[in-house]
Amino acid sequence: MSDLVADLLAGKHSALARVITKIENRSPGYREVISDLHQHTGTADVIGVTGSPGAGKSTLVDKVAATYRERGLTVGVIAIDPSSPFSGGAVLGDRIRMASNAGDMDMFFRSMSARGSLGGLSTATTDAVTALDAFGKDKIIVETVGAGQNEVDIVRTADTVAVLVPPGSGDDVQMLKAGILEIGDVFVVNKADLDGADRTVQQLREMLQGQSGRPNSGHHGATELAGDHGDASTDDADAVDDEPETWDPPIVETVANRGDGVEDFLNALATHGEYLDRTGRREGQARERFAAEIRTLLREDANELLVDELDRRGGIEQYVDAVIERHTDPYTVVDEVLSPLRECLDDPGDGS
Amino acid sequence: MSVEQEQTERTIRCLVAKVGLDGHDRGAHVIARALRDAGFEVIYSGLHRAPDEVVQAAVQEDVDVVGISILSGAHNTLVPKILDGLKEYDAFDDRLILVGGIVPDDDQEELRGQGVDEIFGPGASMEEMIDYIHENAPER
Ligand code: B12
Ligand SMILES: Nc1nc2c(ncn2[C@@H]2O[C@H](COP(=O)(O)OP(=O)(O)O)[C@@H](O)[C@H]2O)c(=O)[nH]1
Ligand SMILES: [Mg+2]
Repeated sequence: MSDLVADLLAGKHSALARVITKIENRSPGYREVISDLHQHTGTADVIGVTGSPGAGKSTLVDKVAATYRERGLTVGVIAIDPSSPFSGGAVLGDRIRMASNAGDMDMFFRSMSARGSLGGLSTATTDAVTALDAFGKDKIIVETVGAGQNEVDIVRTADTVAVLVPPGSGDDVQMLKAGILEIGDVFVVNKADLDGADRTVQQLREMLQGQSGRPNSGHHGATELAGDHGDASTDDADAVDDEPETWDPPIVETVANRGDGVEDFLNALATHGEYLDRTGRREGQARERFAAEIRTLLREDANELLVDELDRRGGIEQYVDAVIERHTDPYTVVDEVLSPLRECLDDPGDGS
Repeated sequence: MSVEQEQTERTIRCLVAKVGLDGHDRGAHVIARALRDAGFEVIYSGLHRAPDEVVQAAVQEDVDVVGISILSGAHNTLVPKILDGLKEYDAFDDRLILVGGIVPDDDQEELRGQGVDEIFGPGASMEEMIDYIHENAPER
């Protein structure tokens, strides 16, 4: 175990910060760090907060974190701003809203940007959550702009996902149709002080009702049906039939900048947490996450191996030349490059 | 700079912090944008931060550069508090500490003696500051 890992586990704030830096930079040794930290994780409650820019996510997260702190819980926040990936630079402004937790070191807040690769961001987020979990944070909040598939991937790191919808813009509700509606476990109509909040609540309710019968309702719900581990969690005594308990996402109204509705929001999060525990879905979601993570890492690492192999064989250009000359074709090239690997894996001579 | 170089080069993170009862944020905004355009990741604190908030941000964001913007004249009391906090959290040695704004010549030497690496006043050019950061950003 490295000094850095030991320092993090001992509760040193700068070590936690440095580990996240290593994760972001994918610096040499970061994989060993995550490996060492893994066994110390599994105790944190992870909450995802998503919604369009300006919906009030950071303001709400600040108030939520402050309330958890009042209850004696430690909190970690990762605020992801995927904008401006072009120049390579970014101004990360989520920290500006962190006013209720000024100077409180046990409220760990970290800003992250996309660094030009949204794909890598969800892996980095997962690893950063691992670091905060191992550090011993009770609650981990991941804030991200909800706009597309990558944000959906990022938010899957969470046990419970809250979607913020500010009132007044039909567009926002419209946006929900594009995949966001399915991932929300709790919906928050923030800025309830503004005109049109009631209408937005109404619209949301109708859309969610139109959705009833969605796969298990929970945002990661579909997997438990697919998995073969579901039986253990079913309480046979109470189970009237095989119908799995579903989750109807509640709609909460908040005025984040005044702190109104924060308690209601926290109650909704807690209720969802109880639901996850009662139905065994928390474990199911964790299984799904780890399966996805293993698949992603396998894909990335295998890809790297193949890039190296191509280099060893003199680079891709010569294959392209041959393909252009019609001496060979892409399928044959792939078969040729992969054949040593395939032989290796297919080799029955391993004694078993 | 070629694309390959850019990928191998570490992303430099800078905190731009406004501390104390100082409402002059024009310079801080200008700096934040210029550093972003130079390819740095900038964390902007917002106005009216207490020294311990600046420390909290510098530690948690693990910035390479702690940039403190003060035009109020309160640098002699605020900057040492930040420096002490950084030392307390073991986040002083491997960080570049810059002060920008209005600092009279007499005070500059004092601040440097306490651990400030460089001070940039009105009219300092962006190019000068960016070059300075590139040359002096800590090895990690
Ligand atoms: C514009 C201005 C204002 C505006 C501010 C608007 C705003 N939102 O920023 C207004 C009118 C609100 C204002 C108010 C006041 N002001 Co005034 N203001 C100025 C003025 C004329 C220009 C400042 C400016 O914006 N410059 C342009 C920017 C781009 O330059 P800059 O901030 O210096 O930043 C550069 C460098 O310093 C450096 N830098 C700055 N920050 C950082 C950070 C990092 C990390 C780095 C690397 C570099 C860096 O790089 C920048 C680019 O070169 C200055 C005089 C002057 N010439 O500096 C007085 C001045 C700063 N103000 C002064 C005073 C006294 C006040 C008031 C107290 C007046 C009053 N009695 O009400 C109030 C206080 C307001 C408050 N709440 O703090 C005094 C301060 C005296 C002192 N420090 O001893 C000055 C120096 C005028 C003077 N000669 O007396 N002010
Ligand atoms: N009127 C009103 N404004 C709010 C509310 N919540 C946040 N805001 C403001 O909305 C703006 C954007 O908030 P922010 O938290 O940065 O949104 P984010 O982009 O979703 O993180 C800020 O100016 C907040 O002060 C609210 O409940 N009511
Ligand atoms: Mg935000």
